[in-house]
Amino acid sequence: MAEPAVTQDQEKEEEQKVVDDGIDVGISRLTTDKIETVINQVLKTETGARLKTYVNTCIHCGLCSEACHYYMSHDKDPKWSPVGKVKQTIWEMIRKKGRLAPEEIRRVVEIAHTECNLCRRCLQFCPFGIDIAYLISMARRICHKLGVTPKYIQDTAHSHSVSMNQMWVKGDEWPDTLQWQEEEARGEFPTLRIPLEKEGADIMYSVIAPEPKFQAQLIYQAAAIMETAGVNWTMPADKGWDNSDMAMFTGDNEIMGRIKRSHFETAVRLRVKRIVMGECGHAFRSVYDTGNRWLGWSHPPIPIVHAIDFYYELLKENRIPIKEKFKEPVTLHDPCNVIRGGGLMEKSRYVAHALCDTVVEMHPNREYNYCCCAGGGVINCGPPYKLKRVKSNKVKAEQLMEARTRGAKVIISPCHNCHSGLKDIKNYYDLHMDIKFFGDIIYQIMEKPE
Amino acid sequence: MVDQSKWDWETREKEVPFDPWKENFNWVEEPYASPDGEQVAAVVNIDEGEFNVCVNGETWESPFEKIWYLRYAPDGRLTALVSDMAEWTVAVDGVPWENKFGYVWNTLFSPDGKHIAVAAQADGQYCMVLDDTPWETTFQNMTYFAMSPDGSKTAAVVQVTDFGEGEVHKFQEGCFTAALDGNAWDTKFVNVWNMAVSPDGTKLAAEVRLNLYEYSIAVNGQVWDKSFPCVWEPVIHPIDGSVVAPVRTAGKWTLAKDGEFLWDARFPQVWHQQFSADGKILAAIVSPKYGRWTVAVDGRPWGVTFGTLVSDLVVSPDGSTIAALTKEGETWKVVVNGAAWKDTFDMAWRPVISPDNRYVGAKVERQGKYTVVVNDRVWQKECDAAWDPVFSPDGEKVLLRTLENGRYLRRVLPVTEITG
Amino acid sequence: MHDVYQFVSGPLAWVAFLLFIGGSLYRIIAMLAEVKEKEPFIFTYMSLKYSLRSILHWITPFATYNWRRNPVLTVVTFVFHICLFACPIFLLAHVTLWDEAWDIRWWTLPDAVADVMTVIVIACCLFFLIRRVTQREVKFVTYPSDYVILGIVAAPFLTGFLAYHQWFTYPVFMILHVLAGEVMLAAIPFTRLSHMLFSPFTRAYMGSEFGVIRKSKDY
Repeated sequence: MAEPAVTQDQEKEEEQKVVDDGIDVGISRLTTDKIETVINQVLKTETGARLKTYVNTCIHCGLCSEACHYYMSHDKDPKWSPVGKVKQTIWEMIRKKGRLAPEEIRRVVEIAHTECNLCRRCLQFCPFGIDIAYLISMARRICHKLGVTPKYIQDTAHSHSVSMNQMWVKGDEWPDTLQWQEEEARGEFPTLRIPLEKEGADIMYSVIAPEPKFQAQLIYQAAAIMETAGVNWTMPADKGWDNSDMAMFTGDNEIMGRIKRSHFETAVRLRVKRIVMGECGHAFRSVYDTGNRWLGWSHPPIPIVHAIDFYYELLKENRIPIKEKFKEPVTLHDPCNVIRGGGLMEKSRYVAHALCDTVVEMHPNREYNYCCCAGGGVINCGPPYKLKRVKSNKVKAEQLMEARTRGAKVIISPCHNCHSGLKDIKNYYDLHMDIKFFGDIIYQIMEKPE
Repeated sequence: MVDQSKWDWETREKEVPFDPWKENFNWVEEPYASPDGEQVAAVVNIDEGEFNVCVNGETWESPFEKIWYLRYAPDGRLTALVSDMAEWTVAVDGVPWENKFGYVWNTLFSPDGKHIAVAAQADGQYCMVLDDTPWETTFQNMTYFAMSPDGSKTAAVVQVTDFGEGEVHKFQEGCFTAALDGNAWDTKFVNVWNMAVSPDGTKLAAEVRLNLYEYSIAVNGQVWDKSFPCVWEPVIHPIDGSVVAPVRTAGKWTLAKDGEFLWDARFPQVWHQQFSADGKILAAIVSPKYGRWTVAVDGRPWGVTFGTLVSDLVVSPDGSTIAALTKEGETWKVVVNGAAWKDTFDMAWRPVISPDNRYVGAKVERQGKYTVVVNDRVWQKECDAAWDPVFSPDGEKVLLRTLENGRYLRRVLPVTEITG
Repeated sequence: MHDVYQFVSGPLAWVAFLLFIGGSLYRIIAMLAEVKEKEPFIFTYMSLKYSLRSILHWITPFATYNWRRNPVLTVVTFVFHICLFACPIFLLAHVTLWDEAWDIRWWTLPDAVADVMTVIVIACCLFFLIRRVTQREVKFVTYPSDYVILGIVAAPFLTGFLAYHQWFTYPVFMILHVLAGEVMLAAIPFTRLSHMLFSPFTRAYMGSEFGVIRKSKDY
């Protein structure tokens, strides 16, 4: 691996210079009394036996440490270990009975929002099965209630609250973008449709707002795949089309519930049998496992099918004719929310092998894979934390490098956050690998009309 | 409401060939049947970038570059959102409105079909347009939309204060409000969501978020005395004008009326509350226990609960019949007054209650074939498409609109032919 | 001295067992009651199959990814816990007490074996102590209470060992041994030694979530 381009001194300076309105202004409004009230209110009314039992059962053994890419990337400095982070946040709140100083809250926010991806790898390492991600989420919930959340992700949560999507996409911009992509795609697929508001279609396809905002080609590609596979599908023209959920990561459960309700009720309104979602991990976690629960749905009321699962189904049924397999050797990244959180590891491999000539496994892989360090809302905390984020995933860079030495040239990452996070890592560590979604590859190699 | 007695309730069967359309056009999109069943229509592609609407085999006079959201108004007028020369508007029976916009979407109809409204954007400014008349005031953003029950007024959630990207604290001071016929409230909120307009059009109620943690209901800009950790959409009592909304309290949900708790019961979830037309009955979809769902009437849940979902609550005007859809795993059922029907379906549509309350019907689907179920009896016809059944005003007959083997069929049957 | 012994092995033993059994029951029931009241959704996801899958993997040496990654610690942990339970339960001297008091008896360990097991427990405690002091990731999350807990566990074995070998004043160490055992019993429900009570529940819940919803391994 080449040395990073910037010098260490420059980096140190940059790391210390983090200015974040969301945190700075929030902290300036806090007093120890207010902090005490809020922490105790959340701990008393919003948590129960689970949190207590986790705290009482942890024997401080440190066995979770090596699960964490932050810890592994920072020379095993214990302040980055999962239990180390719980110690600096939740334990501290309990030990001090909620009486933390405002500056101590700053450290809590930093840890909870920018030093943990909630990837849940440590859950697999803890002999007692303590849900450390849940504990860190509670720290985020407390920060939310204190009004101290990093600016960029807070802004995203605000966007969700206003528009039910992540990127302030306005009511007209969404259908307009779909129609634009439909028109573009007709150049290649003359009869292609992006059917809007088609009640009774089999599938509602939902995406995350960055797609219409910056990556409209992904919608084009999805439409091309749907068209080629002959899927009876639809997309909503009004709110509910975005499956993403940064409110889940800011601890704003009420907004999380509202946007998930909008998503599911849109699917119910359209009378679809299933919701197929694009290649996004955190959105899967929200619709499949988290958001639905806050609303009282023990399981998603309309089944959620992640793109990996959907492509698996289409490929297995030979519904996507492939011209020629993808030549360049690929390696497969296992996004935490759909693999560890959704069990799609073997289907992901089936899809990779069906599409590509050579698949080089990274190690560790499947549910033991290392996190991208972008998910869990960390990348959404924005530029102020980018350097910390890439430096905190040296271990991922090493893992990718190792796959590269065995020939892998392309990383397949079936998750938006992983995609962006790995891109930053490959650039920072000079890895010279390409990153693609499954959809990119399918679109590239499938048969298209002459 | 639409006067359905004037419809043809005598002719047993009428037919419109549908499949031949496919030979005349590049493609035919999904069809829509008129409420009275006399017409079937679809968006059709004529040429590259040229679309039209085909109604009973005849196209509208002039084509458009783009057409979407083809929908019949309740009075039978056919509307679509159409575009020419990069301008959008609404076409009603093929005639575009005079006003053109940068974009239009979200068509709303009054129950009697007399009024049609859309959300519109022109030069980056937003407003509602009612019957081709845009609001006088426009806004920089507009997110939720509503229409008064008589269709004479439109409302929207609008942005009234500018804020830049990442200006989280400015946002939290409140930049949104609601506007009725373009007149925005003076009070600003962090968020404003679903609204309801009173029957007389004098009251606009909306869910509002006062700060990041406190929610309430605002009526004509005036916030309830109490705030809650969360609220859902308000409804307005059809007679006395009081406002009722689900509110969250101590981690559970209940209904509140004008800011005071209305129901004693607390549930893991309460939503989609609905009054009977006389306002005497108030029903809502509730979750009595985590992961279980049912309907509660005046705060008392039905004895029967369902695992996956309860949706499409329908209350008859006199409140005596309450129907909903339920889902267990992958199968849907209709449930009426707390009793689930025995037949299960792969999909079901919103139940329809006959004017005399004798019958409840619904469009249903099994293995890709559509039919209609009435009072738990499945009509023995498997169709390629079907629309909601419509009961005659006297409740004796049912209008069935279907697509079978390439033909659109309008049938009027005595209801007893299905129910036996 | 005799009176003191009578007291610690009589009334105090009753108190210790009452605290242990009553306390344990109380903690578990209180926990379940609180789940029912505040987080009843947890019950929705519980699965016997996946609870057992999780528990069995974690109580089998080297059956989990993390056990395999830490062979030394795994061996020490398992040996420690086996000896910690087996030694006092199957010690001839203990069974004799049960026999004399309640006329119940069961299989016993040869004294020599029990002796070795005692040494193993003490050695393991020493290992945990050293690990706590030297390993950065453990030291960082160590509180004084962690040493106290380790002491509470080591004490009955250390005193028992000394009493058995009668290297010092036997009666004193015998009394100390009984006392130490009682302290440990009583401490189980009320300290982090309660992981003995709670870990089957936390494991079962995590196992169920991973099995039913996440469809992947928690081990």
